[in-house]
Amino acid sequence: MDAARDLPVSGARHRTRMRTRRALLLGPGVLLILAFLIAPLAIMAVVSFQAKGQNAGVDWGTFSLNAYIRFFFERDFDDSWIWNGDYLRIFFRSFLQSGITTLLSLAIGLPTALWISRLSPRDRNIALFLVTIPFWSNLLVRNYAWILMLRSGGLADSLFRSAGLLGPDDTLGLLYTDFSVSLGLTYSFLPFMVLPIYASLEKLDWRLVEAGYDLGANRWQVLKRIILPLSKPGIMAGAILVFVPCLGAFVTPTLLGGGKTLMIGNLIQNQFGAARDWPFGSALAFVLLMIVGLSMALFYARRRRAGEG
Amino acid sequence: MAKRAIDLHRIPGTRPAAIFFFIYLYLPMVILLALSFNANRAVTIWSGFSLEWYGRVLGNSAMLIATRNSLIIAAVAAVIATVVATLAALATANTRFRGKDAVDGLIALPLVVPEIVIAVALLLFFGALSVPLGFVTVTLAHTILCIPFAYLPIRARLEGMDARLIEAAGDLYASPVRAFRRVTLPLLWPGILSGAMLCFILSFDDFVLTLFVAGAGATTLPVYIYSLIRVGVTPEVNAVSSIMLVTSIVFVSLSFFLSKKQS
Repeated sequence: MDAARDLPVSGARHRTRMRTRRALLLGPGVLLILAFLIAPLAIMAVVSFQAKGQNAGVDWGTFSLNAYIRFFFERDFDDSWIWNGDYLRIFFRSFLQSGITTLLSLAIGLPTALWISRLSPRDRNIALFLVTIPFWSNLLVRNYAWILMLRSGGLADSLFRSAGLLGPDDTLGLLYTDFSVSLGLTYSFLPFMVLPIYASLEKLDWRLVEAGYDLGANRWQVLKRIILPLSKPGIMAGAILVFVPCLGAFVTPTLLGGGKTLMIGNLIQNQFGAARDWPFGSALAFVLLMIVGLSMALFYARRRRAGEG
Repeated sequence: MAKRAIDLHRIPGTRPAAIFFFIYLYLPMVILLALSFNANRAVTIWSGFSLEWYGRVLGNSAMLIATRNSLIIAAVAAVIATVVATLAALATANTRFRGKDAVDGLIALPLVVPEIVIAVALLLFFGALSVPLGFVTVTLAHTILCIPFAYLPIRARLEGMDARLIEAAGDLYASPVRAFRRVTLPLLWPGILSGAMLCFILSFDDFVLTLFVAGAGATTLPVYIYSLIRVGVTPEVNAVSSIMLVTSIVFVSLSFFLSKKQS
């Protein structure tokens, strides 16, 4: 029935057939991503260079740098541009928050990853599973749980009140502060730190650690001179995986920061909601994308160099 | 002696840190679940066990519609994303070809681009093409988000597969299609199923993309919960949130055990 298949096919025909097969298999996925991710991103970039429409939307076909100028300046009453540091401050705050979150995640995540890597294989699987569960749980719900604890009259307040550390009507005032945002961001993205560090610790040759002890190093020296340098790729990957989503975070600063603690994510969303300035929103999103792309590129360049060295 | 060698591998201080880590991660969820059974309307004052809020939530038609929307969208997005990702994985696993890195990068892109950027870009895209926002736009957005989450594990499974099995099928005169159906697919099936489940839960949980591209007609459960949270903390929100949380955990656990069982 399929005799032709059994005949030796010439190399060239075989290669063409393989290529067709590959194109057919890859086609749907690649087309979907080109059509519904690459094209939209391109449109977003274009929109960022358009003028703002009358009420909302975009004034198509114009070219304007207003969206980017608006980042630093605002129109004065006489229509001249004057310096405005508000947006720069929001970017700065987002970087600061993301940096703090990354450091906190590292401080908690590194020892946790170390601990998990020394468990028996069975316990290790369970622990890793427990680390991943929050990732698959709804971010809104997880952040909402913190509202229950931090809000005035919430669990933290009740605890302090019953301990007599707080008057019956006083509040710690924890919610809607920079503190609650840091807490929520760390909570949201912490698992991203543990997993890559664990992955690099799993490959670590523990004989090196033993050798370190044999040569008279103490535990601190072993940690600093052997374990940390060897888990550096994991730490770097973890730092990126925490820092990048933090920078674009929207849920946590909205829910736990209230209106006060704006971050880039809220600022972007505002342009498509209340502020109705699509070109400005696109410019902000485009800049965020560039920052993310740049940090990924730097990371891969470093890793490649480290791999060759 | 042996015991001491093992002890040396333990880094002091990691255990308390790990305990802190798990408490930090799970305590808020446990508290949320516990409070959802609280009879008291003043959410944080415990006054007894009650299922009242669950009853109210399940009798709320807006929430039921939102749940139905979420389930439909998640099912469709998961199926499309998994099929597309499986096909792509079959093309890229165990081979090298020119442009493979580019294809891999392209498929992994939805993982890398911040979700809010994807959301904005899609909103503008659908706006520019005058596509009305609704079920179709949300489902498309979720599909894009899900593709890498199905692609990466399925490809990893394909690459971990023993190629000799497929060669053996060929030696035994199975046609490529037959070899695929009788050898590759059964071996790959747990991976596909577990990928599909992860996609389902990813879409079911998604909030940011949905907020931008859902329009008024396709409110999903997370968007509905968001509108409730913005009004305030109520026992009803606790109940809906708990349902959402438990659904995710059950699905992820199923997916986890499915992939563990076979490997």
